[in-house]
Amino acid sequence: MTLKECYTALEGDYEGVIGRLRSEKMVQKFVLKFLNDKSYELLEASMAAKNYEEAFRAAHTIKGVCQNLSFTKLYESSHRLTDNLRSGYGAETDGLVQQVSEDYKQTIAAIEELQAENPA
Amino acid sequence: MRYINGKDSPRQTILIADDSEMNRSILTDMLGDEYEIIEAENGVEAVSILQKYGNSISLLLLDIVMPEMDGFGVLTVMNKHRWIEDIPVIVISAENASVHVERAYELGVTEFISRPFDALILHRRVVNTILLYAKQKRLIDLVADQIYEKEQQSGLMVDILSHIVEFRNGESGLHVLHIRTLTEILLKHLGHKNGLYQLPRTEISLICTASALHDIGKISIPGEILNKPGRLTDEEFAEMKKHTLIGAEMLKALPMHQQEPLIKKAYEICRWHHERYDGRGYPDGLKGDEIPISAQVVALADVYDALTSERVYKKAFSHEVAVKMILDGQCGTFNPILMECLKEVESILVEELRGDSDARASRRQMQNVAEELLRHEDLSASERTLQLLEHERMKYSFFADMSEEIQFEYTVAPSMVKLSPYGAKKLGLDEILMDPHNNPEIQVMMGSGTLRALSNELRSTTPEHPQVKYDHEIYIHGEKRWMRTIGRAMWSADEPPRYMGAIGKTTDIHDERTRIDALVQMASHDSLTGLFNHNYARERIKERMEDRQAGVFALAIFDLDHFKSANDNYGHMFGDKVLIHMAEQLRRSTRGGDIAARVGGDEFLIFLEYKEEAEAVVQRIFSSLEGTYEDFQISVSMGVVRTDVVGTDYDTLFHAADQALYAAKRSGRGQYRFYDDSMQEMLSVISPIDGSEEKPVN
Repeated sequence: MTLKECYTALEGDYEGVIGRLRSEKMVQKFVLKFLNDKSYELLEASMAAKNYEEAFRAAHTIKGVCQNLSFTKLYESSHRLTDNLRSGYGAETDGLVQQVSEDYKQTIAAIEELQAENPA
Repeated sequence: MRYINGKDSPRQTILIADDSEMNRSILTDMLGDEYEIIEAENGVEAVSILQKYGNSISLLLLDIVMPEMDGFGVLTVMNKHRWIEDIPVIVISAENASVHVERAYELGVTEFISRPFDALILHRRVVNTILLYAKQKRLIDLVADQIYEKEQQSGLMVDILSHIVEFRNGESGLHVLHIRTLTEILLKHLGHKNGLYQLPRTEISLICTASALHDIGKISIPGEILNKPGRLTDEEFAEMKKHTLIGAEMLKALPMHQQEPLIKKAYEICRWHHERYDGRGYPDGLKGDEIPISAQVVALADVYDALTSERVYKKAFSHEVAVKMILDGQCGTFNPILMECLKEVESILVEELRGDSDARASRRQMQNVAEELLRHEDLSASERTLQLLEHERMKYSFFADMSEEIQFEYTVAPSMVKLSPYGAKKLGLDEILMDPHNNPEIQVMMGSGTLRALSNELRSTTPEHPQVKYDHEIYIHGEKRWMRTIGRAMWSADEPPRYMGAIGKTTDIHDERTRIDALVQMASHDSLTGLFNHNYARERIKERMEDRQAGVFALAIFDLDHFKSANDNYGHMFGDKVLIHMAEQLRRSTRGGDIAARVGGDEFLIFLEYKEEAEAVVQRIFSSLEGTYEDFQISVSMGVVRTDVVGTDYDTLFHAADQALYAAKRSGRGQYRFYDDSMQEMLSVISPIDGSEEKPVN
């Protein structure tokens, strides 16, 4: 799987990220690094602990990282969650978390496939 | 400061504050080749790094949403301490709502870059911002240097020299200023008038400055000649004339600065300001334009000022008279063009020269410049200081790591405690703790009372005696341990001094203290049985009777019957075991307030307070002591005395109990006896307390 195919699988903007960060090598490096990012775990843990302030920050971090890497799909769902959590827990929060969770898994699955073919 | 290997230019340092490790490493990847990078994962850490590195941080890349302290918090601190004036900040944030952007700009950030950023644009902005700030700083330095250099040339040297001369000449302090002003007016006008004499501005400025030195040669002319009120004799005049050559020689003899344009101009002026355009002047008899224009102009200015000033040998002429005298050729011959100039500027001369009498004001101005310069000097000094400080910090952190001490640094504003890495590890705390007085972890560890007491002690020190020593207990990983904190309060240099914080170290003295406790234990207890020893028991008993004067007490002494045979038949080890067993029995049968001790050998004592009937208590204890230990039949003899019989003097009590014990033994052992007067003449069992020579029975 190429980096481009990986972006297709996770529904991201390959041209966009290459346009901005310029180097395919660097983008790939950070895409692989996304596997180690703990923000999603923090989001889950914070939601479980009902610590919505922490959850907001975690969602915000995911959003920022996805924005940097042009993971469009996960960016959009984490963006919506961030905006929702900004004013604390609400009726729609759980649904939005669910969406982030699905998109996150899709993203991770795609990256893991990329990693399998590009061992560090 | 860090340097790239092999190059002597310092690498600039960028601080990246972002809670996402991913984001930080993307930025580090982009910028790490060109810059030193320091990372902070929250606002508190960023503030601490800024505080530590100061202006050696060239740029801060700041995220807004962060735990502990957000980006706005960091900016607020930077504003409060005016760091924002020296350290440019670029905010990179996904928070691109206009309120955020506006607030960031209001707090003084240089750029606001929203995510997702374009690598090239970000890189360009970082480079530009750093360059801009560096350039600005270099320009400030450059201007400062130039002012300083100029001021050194004209201000210092010329001022000092010309003042010495003026002082000896008895001239007014204004002479030099007048010459300067006149020279400037004439030279400028000359430039307008005739292209031949058109000089660049810098040269005019140089000649004006050098003009002040025209008479420095007079320094070596004898005072009697210089200040002679009447006409000079021919010899005296010949002597006076020498000041031109002497001045020129002085400048030529300067060991340095021979190539300085200022010195060259000054040389011309000194040597030739008494030449005449017609060739009849001195010392060289130069003619016409052989005389440098600088010297021609200064010569005219000198004559004009001499005419209009009062001297020891003459009164001051009015401006009109002076100009007329010069134009009429009464005071020597000058370049005709120069004469024309004088005529043409005549109207403005008076006005301009009056300005010189405001010399004091301009002096003051100069002083201000000088002070400003000194401040600039301070600035560059403070950079050196910063480097020294950095050096000190390295040293400090090295020793802090080596020393295995908990070292701390507390600042009041922002309220923050920084622990040495070892200290943080030992205590299981973060290295940086905000608002320690309200930090739950610290509260649990120290207890709020201890922290407050320590803080109060530090605050009640003075700048002269800022040190405190404070022993206290803290919980480390759940274990309570004794610690000693030695702290030094930091007072500001203001009047009155303000408490700025404190530094100090906390050492674990638990083991030491435990050892001391053990020594105390050893000194007061019997090592075999763990009971009090006699000395200690005596003190405790005396204390007890002192404290409770209304109480009634009994003192009992007992020993083991046939203990010697236990030792003989079973050995000393066994004997020891019996004694330990006895002590155990004794401990069990006495109550909390009772005092039990081993007096020595197989003798023990019990001291107890009783309410109604002493005998019942004694009986209970007595019977609890009897029994067997292994095969050995334990039997004791006991003598008891009551304080209501013999009083509360310890020695008397002990002696009486001893006698009662003797009586018990004499009556066939295995029993107790209370002391009564009939025993007064009894022998002592244990020791001849009253100095009698009888040996105890055994």
